[in-house]
Amino acid sequence: MLGEGILKGLGETARNFAGSFVSADRLTTVQYPEERIAPIEATRDFPFLVYDGDDWEAGLRCVACQICEKECPPKCIYIVKSTDKKPDALGKPQIYPARFDIDISVCMSCQICVEVCPFEAIKMDTEFELSTTDRFGGLLYDRKELAKSNEHYHKIHPTEAAEVDARLAEEKVKADTKAKAAAAAAAAKAAAPKPAAAAPVVAKPVATPVESEKQG
Amino acid sequence: MIEQADQIFVILAHWVVSFLPVWLQPYVMVLLGVVGIIVTFPALFAITVLLERKGLGRMQNRFGPNRVGPYGIFQPVADGIKSLTKEDIVPLSADAVVHFLAPVFLVVVVFMGYAVIPIGRNMTLVNIDAGLLFFFAIGASTELSVFMAGWSSRNKYSLLGAMRAVAQMISYEVPLLMSSVAVVMMTGSLSLNKIVDLQNQYTYGLPHWNIFTPWGLAAFILFAIAATAETNRSPFDLPEGESELVAGYFTEYSGFKFALFFLGEYVGMMGISGIGTTLFLGGFSAPLQILGFMPSWFWFFAKIMLSMCVFIWVRGTLPRLRQDQLMNFAWKFVLPLSLLNLVVAATWRFMGEGLLRWIVCSAILLVVYVFMGRLGMKREHFGPRSYRYAE
Repeated sequence: MLGEGILKGLGETARNFAGSFVSADRLTTVQYPEERIAPIEATRDFPFLVYDGDDWEAGLRCVACQICEKECPPKCIYIVKSTDKKPDALGKPQIYPARFDIDISVCMSCQICVEVCPFEAIKMDTEFELSTTDRFGGLLYDRKELAKSNEHYHKIHPTEAAEVDARLAEEKVKADTKAKAAAAAAAAKAAAPKPAAAAPVVAKPVATPVESEKQG
Repeated sequence: MIEQADQIFVILAHWVVSFLPVWLQPYVMVLLGVVGIIVTFPALFAITVLLERKGLGRMQNRFGPNRVGPYGIFQPVADGIKSLTKEDIVPLSADAVVHFLAPVFLVVVVFMGYAVIPIGRNMTLVNIDAGLLFFFAIGASTELSVFMAGWSSRNKYSLLGAMRAVAQMISYEVPLLMSSVAVVMMTGSLSLNKIVDLQNQYTYGLPHWNIFTPWGLAAFILFAIAATAETNRSPFDLPEGESELVAGYFTEYSGFKFALFFLGEYVGMMGISGIGTTLFLGGFSAPLQILGFMPSWFWFFAKIMLSMCVFIWVRGTLPRLRQDQLMNFAWKFVLPLSLLNLVVAATWRFMGEGLLRWIVCSAILLVVYVFMGRLGMKREHFGPRSYRYAE
């Protein structure tokens, strides 16, 4: 009969109205500033720079290769390379970013910078309360504001950070082996200068697998 | 004591007036009444807006506003301050005079309707014999202000909204009047006070309200539908359909003018609820004889607020109609039924007392309602779409 659906609908809204006072799980609203829900692990908004150790400046993984700057679709990253070199986390002398700015008012949170970074130096943050009264300077982050510790990364994205750490450790082991092999080769060279023909032949098979594996 | 509580506002007004010279007294009496209306109904408007926002929130399983003050009860104050301090923008190509006059005219017209509504015993501002006629004549003028707003804004959305509003309001004015004519036929008077007095009687402690008769119930439902459309309320809120027309006829209004439109809409809703209450729900009379000790104005405001709650409930439930559905509903369903209801009311009047007239009148209305409902709900089946000219 005509009007039946309207009555049913009115009943439904009445049930919702009354139910919202009775059962708490009907009201799914989280009263934000007072209550918060735990962030989901895959959350991401703006990039930050990862550093190892305690000193943010010394521990920055970034080597200012500028791949992220070139790949960034809205061009919100600005990097100035340093003129000198500084030892990185592995102790190897590297160029470091003298300036690393991200304008987060331009950033579109696409995560492309993270995907292209070969050094696991830039990752996505979950911090979203970024409101500021200065819309130009306040949203332009320099490298000090962007630098966050590896522990912070572990806290916000535990699974991903563990994978990254494993990968880095593996690479470190490889680098160490290679360095050791090189050192051994050098030592062998130094120790046996007389049989000059024999030493490279011995050293070469040790170095080759490492070299090829890295290329592969 | 009961008598004094009932007449407290009348007594107060007389007391204030008694300090003035005699020749001034009638003017000040009227002025006091006007001030009373202009203060009371915007206050009720603030309460209604809060109720609406909280109530709609609860219907959608949200909290609604709960930040300003305890449980958000000061939200209307915050809204008022906001709309007062906002910039008032008039489009460059708008007709500035008409653009300014439209919201003022709406509010003035809407408040004028209250002049004839009996708010309580001896509490009618202007007790004229053709009160109902006056209310509908004034109520029809809101269409003019809506069209003024839409036309002067020089905006296509405003104009479309105004066109829709005028078409809708004129269409639904007919069933609105036709359904109230049934009451006039039974009462034999256009005076709203007389209509209330006739309903303010009790048999076995139950009131003689018009809604408790078959023709009255039908007329009340038709009146409620037409009133909802007349005040541009959901589900008939096409003139301001925000999904297609931004905000309809008041798209180009900002700041306090926007607030005036908002006020006009809600005060108009309360006015039409007041008329509906007077015609069908016994005006200021108590719902049971034993509740007669409560002041009459209390019952009037209780009934108005109740009908506002129903408006909110309906808004929370029904989706918006399409323009053709709206027009079909007005001309093919509501109007024929309200015309039939006049016949039923006449039958009721001339069949005399007894059970028979209850059966006959209810049967006529029910049968026609079901039949027309079936007819209206029959769907047309269209075949596959064919294009004659397009390749």
